[in-house]
Amino acid sequence: MSDNTSATQIGADHKDGPIVRFLRATEVDTRMLGMIGALLLIWIGFHLYGQIFNGYGAFLTSRNLWNLSVQTSSIAVMATGMVLIIVTRHIDLSAGSLLGVTAMIMGVAQVWVLPDLLGLNNPLIWIITVAIGIAFGAAIGALHGFLIAYLGIPAFIVTLGGLLIWRGAAWWVARGETIAPVDSTFALLGGGPFGTIGATGSWIVGALAIIGIAAMLLMGRRQRIRFGFPLRPVWAEWTLGLVGSGLVLGSVLVMNSYLWPKGVVKRYAEANNIVVPEGGLEISHGFAIPVLIAITVGIFMTFLVTRTRFGRYVFAIGGNPEAAELAGINTKRMTLMIFSLMGGLVGISAVIASARLNAATNSLGQLDELYVIAAAVIGGTSFAGGIGTIYGAMLGALVMQSLQSGMVLVGFDSAVQQMVVGGVLIFAVWLDTIYRRNSV
Amino acid sequence: MTDTATQVDAVDRSGTPLIEMKDISIAFGGIKAVDHASIDLYPGEVVGLLGHNGAGKSTLIKILSGAYTRDTGQIFVRGEEATITNPRHAKDYGIETIYQTLALADNVDAAANLFLGRELLTRWGTLDDAAMEDETRRVMGRLNPNFKKFKEPVKLLSGGQRQSVAIARAIHFNARILIMDEPTAALGPQETEQVGQLIKQLKKDGIGIFLISHDIHDVFDLADRVSVMKNGQVVGSASTKDVTKDEVLGMIILGKCPPGATPGPGASTD
Repeated sequence: MSDNTSATQIGADHKDGPIVRFLRATEVDTRMLGMIGALLLIWIGFHLYGQIFNGYGAFLTSRNLWNLSVQTSSIAVMATGMVLIIVTRHIDLSAGSLLGVTAMIMGVAQVWVLPDLLGLNNPLIWIITVAIGIAFGAAIGALHGFLIAYLGIPAFIVTLGGLLIWRGAAWWVARGETIAPVDSTFALLGGGPFGTIGATGSWIVGALAIIGIAAMLLMGRRQRIRFGFPLRPVWAEWTLGLVGSGLVLGSVLVMNSYLWPKGVVKRYAEANNIVVPEGGLEISHGFAIPVLIAITVGIFMTFLVTRTRFGRYVFAIGGNPEAAELAGINTKRMTLMIFSLMGGLVGISAVIASARLNAATNSLGQLDELYVIAAAVIGGTSFAGGIGTIYGAMLGALVMQSLQSGMVLVGFDSAVQQMVVGGVLIFAVWLDTIYRRNSV
Repeated sequence: MTDTATQVDAVDRSGTPLIEMKDISIAFGGIKAVDHASIDLYPGEVVGLLGHNGAGKSTLIKILSGAYTRDTGQIFVRGEEATITNPRHAKDYGIETIYQTLALADNVDAAANLFLGRELLTRWGTLDDAAMEDETRRVMGRLNPNFKKFKEPVKLLSGGQRQSVAIARAIHFNARILIMDEPTAALGPQETEQVGQLIKQLKKDGIGIFLISHDIHDVFDLADRVSVMKNGQVVGSASTKDVTKDEVLGMIILGKCPPGATPGPGASTD
């Protein structure tokens, strides 16, 4: 009986060491573990550095981690699209500039145009603005895709041109003016004390996430049983479930332990006629709305990539463009759609970035493309094409943003920051080549 | 041996051909890769398309499989004129191709390659990976029982295993016409023998097969007829009963048409 079950289980090979067996049984990617390790190293490193040299470790505080989560959102959303682009052997250098011009157009729409048409603070303004942003981004992305796929201009050139064109356009939209403040509902999409879902909301999201993890593990197992495929050992399923749930609970606790600043509480209490009790009113931030947007995008993109024809074709094209063409896949149309999708995602990032700043400026998103590319590459997307994951890129975005904000926190000046980010990008690609050489 | 001989005789060429390519031409930047070539194929027949590298045979066949679009000429499938301007059209006509390069997406697994472009979907419209893997396990079980690597990307498979994936993909979707471009070039003797067996099996099922090769020994014993190309033109066609290997070799090298063959526009006149 025991022999019988172990034969159909993965990781029952006792020749390997315990770590190898654990990894094989849980089917966890070693690369993802490496990334989590790097992330912890960065977090603890900056915290200790702050503690030793500045006398105060600011990194591992709920406030900083909350800010980090908000700062990561915009890059993470774009990184999910960059994965598809790099997987199909293209590149997009224009993401940051496109973000800038999209934010400017949304700024003009919601501050200059729509209030005149609909009246100030009309609840439709933010919805129309967001729709305009996503549609504009998708249209420009489709234009890039058209030039690349149908006119045969290399993506590097099209988007390098785009880098200049759209940054110029961002200035040109409003002659360099900064447009502020944005619509008050729109501003919530960028976070801030009010752009959060509070303690109760965060617990609900956390509970849903845990239910989701359990359902995924259960359904995956049932599917494997249905077709008689090898199963993970039961302990491995439990380990995955518990670790996943633990991470969810941990992040809920951290986000909820960051309380509103006293001034904000006071204003809020006055506005809503609440009497502040003796010990002060404790209101938690909880998850910020942009973080939820990014997670939703991540789930959607993961679904798109792993469960739909579109995603399958993206990877087939990346692995062998000629074979994909011969299999009857319309690779040109796919390229156009991939770039259009990227543009739409840039539109979402533009919403987050300009809402967070509460303004549209023509320099918004500058150098973002490099962070986005770095995030995708650190997350395991290969420039050779055909390989990459959405969760990896989002984790990569978190790594990049941790580095960036960590350096700000401990007081590195911006010159050093740039040098470090550039160095990390090159280092990550080098690491990737070594990893692939050894694994295949 | 006599078994094969009776099979060769059994090809019925009285009806409409499965495929008739008439007067096909295509040029790439002034170079006539295929020059007024005509070939045909009947149900249950194996036609060997022979010629040197660069003779135009692969180009001609890529016109049939939809990878290239012809400049002039007509293609008839079962007597009806067909429009084939991309690989999807060809597949719609039941024309499947096993390319010399195999045309596999190296980074995805066997099931993803087998169903590439024709994925099985769940009722939600999402990929039904489990069903595709299940189907793949069954197909491969028949074709190559030793095949076990269902989860690995196909780049980790051996040449023979990759070949079986490409073959499985071509025959799994009820192909009526099969094009095999240098099918045994990368295979060992045992695997070559397996491909030979497979071709005989498919022939029995009434499938027409174009077998493309630059090496006459690969195809002569398997083919019912051969058509030879040289410099983009058809030198001639002949039933393999009516000509010897040496005569076919003469067609390939010199473009000289022996008495047993029907000469084409490319036959040398001296």
